[in-house]
Amino acid sequence: MREFDYVRADSLDHAAAQAGPHAALIAGGTNLLDLMKLQVMVPERVIDISRLDGLDTIEADGPGLRIGAMVRNADLAADPRIRADYPVLARALLAGASGQIRNKASTGGNLLQRTRCPYFYDTAMACNKRAPGSGCAAEGGASRMLAILGTSKDCRAAHPSDMAVALRALEARVAIRAPNGTERILEMDQLYRLPGDRPDLETELDEGDIITAVLLPAPALGSSQSYRKIRDRASYAFALVSVAAVVTMQDDRIGKASLAFGGLAPRPWKDAQVDAMLAGQAPSEALFSKAADTLLAEAVSDAGNEFKRHLAHRAMIAVLREATGLAPASTGTDLVGEPA
Amino acid sequence: MSDSFTMNEAQPRLLDTTDQGLIGAPLDRPEGALKVSGQATYTAEYHPEGMCHGVLVRATITRGTVTGFDETAAAALPGYLGLFHGPEFLRNPAQGMAGKAPTQPGDRVAYHGQPIALVVAESFETARDAAARIVVHYDEQPGAPVDPETAPSEEPDDRTVQGDLDAAMRKGAATLDRAYTTPGHAAAAMEPHAALAEWEGDHLTLHGALQMIRYNKAELADAIGVKPEQVRVLAPYIGGGFGSKLGISAEHISAALAARALKRPVRVVMARQTVFDAILRRTETAQRLRLAAETDGKLTAIGHEDRISNLEGEGFAEPTAAATQFLYAAPNRLVRKTISRNHRTPSGSVRAPGEAVGMFALECGMDELAETLGICPVELRLRNIPEKHPETGQTFTAHALAQALREGAQAFGWDKRTEPGTRREGEWLIGMGVASAARTNMLIASSARVTLTRDGALVETDMTDIGTGSYAILGQIAGEMLGLPIDKVSVHLADSDLPGASGSGGSFGASSAGSAVFLAARKIRDELAKRLGCAPEDVRVDRGQVTGDNKKAALADLLVEPIAMEASIESGETAKTHFSSGFGAHFAEVAVSEITGEVRVRRILGVFGVGRVLNEKTARSQAVGGMIWGVGSALHEELSHDPRTGHIVGRDLANYHVPSHADIPAKMEVRFLEERDDHANPIQSKGIGELGISGAGAAVINAIHNATGLRVYDFPATPDKIVQGFMEHGR
Repeated sequence: MREFDYVRADSLDHAAAQAGPHAALIAGGTNLLDLMKLQVMVPERVIDISRLDGLDTIEADGPGLRIGAMVRNADLAADPRIRADYPVLARALLAGASGQIRNKASTGGNLLQRTRCPYFYDTAMACNKRAPGSGCAAEGGASRMLAILGTSKDCRAAHPSDMAVALRALEARVAIRAPNGTERILEMDQLYRLPGDRPDLETELDEGDIITAVLLPAPALGSSQSYRKIRDRASYAFALVSVAAVVTMQDDRIGKASLAFGGLAPRPWKDAQVDAMLAGQAPSEALFSKAADTLLAEAVSDAGNEFKRHLAHRAMIAVLREATGLAPASTGTDLVGEPA
Repeated sequence: MSDSFTMNEAQPRLLDTTDQGLIGAPLDRPEGALKVSGQATYTAEYHPEGMCHGVLVRATITRGTVTGFDETAAAALPGYLGLFHGPEFLRNPAQGMAGKAPTQPGDRVAYHGQPIALVVAESFETARDAAARIVVHYDEQPGAPVDPETAPSEEPDDRTVQGDLDAAMRKGAATLDRAYTTPGHAAAAMEPHAALAEWEGDHLTLHGALQMIRYNKAELADAIGVKPEQVRVLAPYIGGGFGSKLGISAEHISAALAARALKRPVRVVMARQTVFDAILRRTETAQRLRLAAETDGKLTAIGHEDRISNLEGEGFAEPTAAATQFLYAAPNRLVRKTISRNHRTPSGSVRAPGEAVGMFALECGMDELAETLGICPVELRLRNIPEKHPETGQTFTAHALAQALREGAQAFGWDKRTEPGTRREGEWLIGMGVASAARTNMLIASSARVTLTRDGALVETDMTDIGTGSYAILGQIAGEMLGLPIDKVSVHLADSDLPGASGSGGSFGASSAGSAVFLAARKIRDELAKRLGCAPEDVRVDRGQVTGDNKKAALADLLVEPIAMEASIESGETAKTHFSSGFGAHFAEVAVSEITGEVRVRRILGVFGVGRVLNEKTARSQAVGGMIWGVGSALHEELSHDPRTGHIVGRDLANYHVPSHADIPAKMEVRFLEERDDHANPIQSKGIGELGISGAGAAVINAIHNATGLRVYDFPATPDKIVQGFMEHGR
């Protein structure tokens, strides 16, 4: 670990003023500290915003909610408003990490966690995200966890968050405070960049920008919400594929479907075309299958992660069946009842 | 005083007559409270004055020569103390019970991740940063084979050929010929590998996370070129080993060398990533199993061929077919091994080397053959239990397979098992599976000293406790023999100055070291008999009273002079005439999502015959731990290698998936059958820790088949493979 200066911010102004090209904010630290020990990230200054007042509350925001950036994942998942009105978010949070990590991890930090691509984590390996221009050792390497959508020739890393996938399906927005104190609001797809030829640039955050809150829109009344995560073990594993769905039915037709996907792409993935082809349609296996084909039409995979296509296809159909009432609601594979 | 007892004949069951209520009792570990309150001092937790910190530098080429180190950037760091490398450095850890230094490669690199130097600094953080700043110059020799399938291979001579397998396969009423693969596994012990070296003059004291002190001392002395008597090794607490701490490795040697040069204590703790890079892994295997049977299920042929891999020069070869050699009878037999020589991190012993992966093939093959024959898989196994060791003709000692299968089937509700793919709960397909368990039992030369005073007893041996319960059981044996309550017995372990025992490995530690303690205590009883004035065979030591031949004395009154006895044991004739193995049966019930292919184990039962159970609680923990490993190897665990460099990818416990709590059912049951193995050792016990894993994974895989109708041949059975199977069947 490199030596670094530790600054405990006493205000957002203070935190923003300390920002710089070699500085990093720390909130829960559940990802940053690991990366610093491995020297994948070597900030010279670490600015602690975890003790700032006012960032750890969940408040009404018109008809929606404003979730402070320092709200812990565990607290967010347990909040009665979230559980009642945004259950997909609670489900996704509880499907992520472990109890200990959720107790530390923050809402803002979760959005900004780095990829778990093993080549990014190994400083002996070429990685355009870690060392721009050095190449991509993941290309031709072990690819099981790599993305299949939205990738580029320079980077195939997947975004690991569960929470962000649910937020994307909920059409949440992100409040960002600029160093001059002004706030701007971004859609999540505006927050995250795709890798292109600069996979090191992951978001549209500028120096000194601080995520202060996540904004949830009004609850989707009467919606059916679901999160299904497929992983290599029952807990504490990143998604091979995950699907978040917020679906509202009108009579026997799909009024609105908002789907988002994890494990597949460099950011929580949403495909407007998929949502559009579901809207107004009567739910059917054929429709869901066609929508899943559309989702995956542009997928690029190799022998090591080809399976993600199939898992995504199946998971998406299963989630839609439940959300549209073709199949009874379930908790997916999150829980298995004790045998009779 | 010491002499050695040789296990030449069946031994009387003295521990069935002592009647002190200690032996077998589910007592807590005496060190348990220290461990859970953070007071047990593990290697990395000693902080001697002046201690500095070492971090290993790894090779980042697969094969070649180190031509130089540039330490300029590292040396600029405040607190940097130096870079150490040299001819004493090890290529890889010593294999279990080597007793001498492993390959010392000089400047040669044989795998990506090989520790090639040590950086020492005043703080751990500085050392880690400095290690990252060392620039290593190589003369790389490209093209090193890293794929076991294509790397050059060799075939050792020790194959089994009995009868004519090919002919039997042609004639069999039912046959099976299947290929299976298992990936590499990591021991993934919770405590990372660590060493702390301190010199006093030309004497070295080394604290290390090590399983076999007697061998480790010899290995260390040999590696650094000093006499064994100049070395003292200590390992009172070890946070899991599972084979990964059998032999000395880079951290011990480098700490010793740096400490000598710097004249300061040096501590080297491996980062988790380094543990993956540099500690022996379990080899991947490719296996071919052939079975032939008559219509009544009697096997006529068993063929088990396998390919494993290791680095050139490593003598260890995973004995994949170990259980196949004696589990079932068949007149025509073939066991043959191929060793692929590649440049991955070398392989070594990981919990139940051989059975842990070989029984996947054998026991999944038996399940499939049972289906072909239309015979219940439990029944097929029962019909093929051999009368004698099928290869050697040795007489089996206590053999519990039949009883374990029958009692297990009854207890598990095996009769409720339905046809494959017919039981469903929502999206979950439910099925049951069974597999036999078998693990060879061994006795390894061991010594111990027991001292009895008026205050109680002291047990001393260099035996280790790697989390298994050695402290508990050795105390129980002494207390049982000497009529003392457990709190009057102290146990000192894992110090190379104490009498040398087997160490922890091969599940032989409890029986081997336990027998030495038993024999030492028996000598004390003999001395007590003498002091009381009765014949040794008449003496009873009961709760502080010594009686015999109508004489009676308080134990304390006979101990005006303390009694200290040392005893040793080694294996003898019974190991030649008899074959001792733990046996058992695993039953598993799984639920498989027909959508995602995810598998959840809902119930597991293991029924085992392990001879005398020395402590029901620690024994159960061993069995449960093994069964959890079985679940892990069936469903989760897999080392991933980069196809170009061979290095292990995903070198942490977020990527290497051992089972999480959520993967293990609350309904996990262990039953021990009442058993005594009179030919194994004088305490009639057998190993447990590896029996629990042997076959456990196959029961899970067989349950997946019963749930879904699918067979998985390439392990672990991750969701992608199950879904692939569904898709191939249009589901």
